[in-house]
Amino acid sequence: MRLYSIFVYLFLYIPIGVIAIFSFNAGRHASQFQGFSTQWYGKALNNPFVMDALQTSLTVAFFAALFASVFGTMAAVALQGIKGPVRTVFDGLIYIAVMIPGIVIGIATLIGLVTLFDLLNPAIAALWPEGVTAPKLSMGMGSLIAAHTMFTMALVVIIVRARLAGMDRSLTEASSDLYATPMGTFRQVTLPMILPGVLAGFLLSFTFSFDDFIIAFFVAGSETTLPIYVFSSIRRGVTPEINAIGTMVLAASLILLVTAQILLRRGEKKKT
Amino acid sequence: MTQRTRNLLLLAPAGTWFLVMLVVPLTVVLVFSFGERGAAGGYVPAFTLEQYANLPARWAAFKNTLILAPVGTVAALLIAYPLAYYLAVRANPKWKTLLLVLVIVPFWTSILIRSYAWIFLLGGRGIPALLELIGIEGVRLINTPFAVLVGIVYGYLPLMVFPIFVTLDRLDKRLLEASSDLGATRLRTFLQVTLPLSIPGIATGSLLVFILLMGEYLIPALLGGGKVFFVGNALVDLFLQSRNWAFGSAVAATLVIIMLVTVTIYMRLISKLGAQREDVSLM
Repeated sequence: MRLYSIFVYLFLYIPIGVIAIFSFNAGRHASQFQGFSTQWYGKALNNPFVMDALQTSLTVAFFAALFASVFGTMAAVALQGIKGPVRTVFDGLIYIAVMIPGIVIGIATLIGLVTLFDLLNPAIAALWPEGVTAPKLSMGMGSLIAAHTMFTMALVVIIVRARLAGMDRSLTEASSDLYATPMGTFRQVTLPMILPGVLAGFLLSFTFSFDDFIIAFFVAGSETTLPIYVFSSIRRGVTPEINAIGTMVLAASLILLVTAQILLRRGEKKKT
Repeated sequence: MTQRTRNLLLLAPAGTWFLVMLVVPLTVVLVFSFGERGAAGGYVPAFTLEQYANLPARWAAFKNTLILAPVGTVAALLIAYPLAYYLAVRANPKWKTLLLVLVIVPFWTSILIRSYAWIFLLGGRGIPALLELIGIEGVRLINTPFAVLVGIVYGYLPLMVFPIFVTLDRLDKRLLEASSDLGATRLRTFLQVTLPLSIPGIATGSLLVFILLMGEYLIPALLGGGKVFFVGNALVDLFLQSRNWAFGSAVAATLVIIMLVTVTIYMRLISKLGAQREDVSLM
């Protein structure tokens, strides 16, 4: 039993380990280790395509996580005090957002937004003064952020609601009995208690957006995110440079995850 | 401002976002699936069932998905269960949490990079080269259904282990003691006590993995080399290469309908087994 578990752990970690080891390979060949070198990290970090893609991914992940955690938390707090059809509809939407495969979300967003833009662009052009080129809506950074926000917002609502459900209701009641305004109660009672959940939601949303390939593949327009760049390089062949990028991406997600875990744990302790 | 107005205002941004980025797009997919393809790709409004009638053209993709998604789910379950059992029942309590976290962490890292690792391992200079050293030659692993299956199990194992671990961990260990005190063998205790009580975890894990597999694109694209393709691969082809939006929408709508039907039937079966579905979160 124990031996079996060790095998499963090896199965889980050997592939990751192999990539990390070969990212320090001095040789050009991806599969023969020819001595230690950090040259591929230097190559990757000096590659303008990689850096552009990285910047796009970081920007998208930051704004998606920000919008998702703010709007998701607002929705989770409001859903506490709402019953009836509004709540049913919202529960349904969150369920759909999580259930529908990412690829279908990607496709739907692509054709949905392109159709919407085709309708809106002539209207915008008509409103613009003669002689000035009107702005044109198109797929790109905006659609990436919007699509990632939609999906990760559903995750944030789920996480924050779980926290709120574990919260002692009498605390908010006591606060309003003591004449605190609703805003005061929120700032001084509710927010501190759900903050670990909100921050964990932010970090998970960031990780999700940063790692997402399939939705971005459809909605990125002319932008290239890091996963899209890696995917198209893999198609051209395995290189030590991809190993280096992969190792850095894995390391970055690990750091974010550990932080999210610690935040959730700390909140857990405070609660009891 | 009443409490209700305030709540509705708080819901407004998220609600608008879901409306514009989820409800409208999914409706467009449904509408387009009854339309026609434009001469230069894209969509021409129409009301026809032609696209649905044309579905058998992508039968191979549906067949592969409907075979490999359940097979992958079962394979992941068979590998995950003993590990979850070990972690919940046998492992030293001091290390339990750490060991569990070590299983889950890979799931939250890039599936792209993790699948890429297997191109590396299964490719000509990976495992086949090692096998040649011990005299087994001519083994081809990459771009086979086996490679896709390995990628699937590798990618989704954490998602299967976690819910099973949770149910086994909550299981009252005194039941196991009672069973053995009453003279049951270990196997019998497992089959009659542990296994039935862990059905909710098995159900949740399988459901999560199955849902994700139905929409899989990356693993078959990277490890199947165009030979083993899922509905997801057909969708990428239809939307990004041939730009046949109407037919692509019909394929996407059909995929979602198949998913909903199988998941509903599955949930019915599970609840008939007398188990209650427990909600477990991944973090």
